[in-house]
Amino acid sequence: MAPKQRTPRTSRNPDLIRGVGKYSRSQMYHKRGLWAIKAKNGGTFPTHVKKAADAPVAAKPPKFYPVDDVKKPLVNKRKARPTKLRASITPGTVLIILAGRFKGKRVVFLKQLTSGLLLVTGPFKVNGVPLRRVNQSYVIATSTKVDIAGLNVEKFDDKYFSKKVEKKKKKGEGEFFEAEKEEKSLLPQEKKDDQKTVDAALIKSIEAVPELKSYLGARFSLKAGMKPHELVF
Amino acid sequence: MPFKRYVEIGRVALVNYGKDYGRLVVIVDVIDQNRALVDAPDMVRGQMNFKRLTLTDIKIDINRVPNKKTLVAALEAADVKNKWENSSWGRKLIVQKKRASLNDFDRFKIMLAKIKKAGVVRQELSKLKKQTA
Repeated sequence: MAPKQRTPRTSRNPDLIRGVGKYSRSQMYHKRGLWAIKAKNGGTFPTHVKKAADAPVAAKPPKFYPVDDVKKPLVNKRKARPTKLRASITPGTVLIILAGRFKGKRVVFLKQLTSGLLLVTGPFKVNGVPLRRVNQSYVIATSTKVDIAGLNVEKFDDKYFSKKVEKKKKKGEGEFFEAEKEEKSLLPQEKKDDQKTVDAALIKSIEAVPELKSYLGARFSLKAGMKPHELVF
Repeated sequence: MPFKRYVEIGRVALVNYGKDYGRLVVIVDVIDQNRALVDAPDMVRGQMNFKRLTLTDIKIDINRVPNKKTLVAALEAADVKNKWENSSWGRKLIVQKKRASLNDFDRFKIMLAKIKKAGVVRQELSKLKKQTA
């Protein structure tokens, strides 16, 4: 029988205080209508037919018994999930980066990646910040929002930003030092094009708001008299 | 040196401490040496110590402990709201509140506006200086 959809039923037995119900066992028996269920089923409760249990497979006695008891590890039901995103951070929010080489830069938030990091872009033309990942803890969310509708950021994920793994080269003594010098990696053209497409749409919505472009181009800094705990961002 | 603002029935005061900080209230009765019964259109009538009140210049015409309806009508008749918002004290408080609620983007825009204004002023000044020189 397919399970019927039923609203989650609150208890028919209200609490007088915690741990003490208003109705006794026999009163609850009557309230729940168990007498009616029994009557409908000819004097007994309806039961499911028990599945015939499979005969236990004859287990071979183990070859080795450990001397001391082996401790079982504790059960861990925690699931890994991305960091909880602050309510003030929504796609299109202007964020202020607080650490790293782009500290103080005002930057547009695009989306949260599965690792929990925030995908962010300058836009590059405006303030030099490329498509980049940033940790939520190192960011102040302002209440300024940029219109981000129509921007497709589906293709960006954590793998996009991972370091390229190179094939291991066989190290000869002489080649060792020369090889190290040559390994300056250039930014692949594909990433530059991605940056351009993302920024093209963004810059249009940015230029629609007066002074927003120069706002994003300027760095944030604390000046005399500014009290961060009293500032509204 | 003599006092100009008196505690009297109908005196409008500003609350300067406590839960109702910044609210304009009307003194509707005096309870004893230290406390007054105050009332405002959006507040339950209650007692307040005089130390929590700062008297303003505004006074309205009411009897002792009027009902809310009469109080609101008297406030309308005396146009307390506009008088307060046009007074220099009232305007100062409004500006303070606005400044405290400014966004980071708003602060940036104000900075640009200040620079622009200063530039215009400096231009005019240099023009005037050239004239007198």
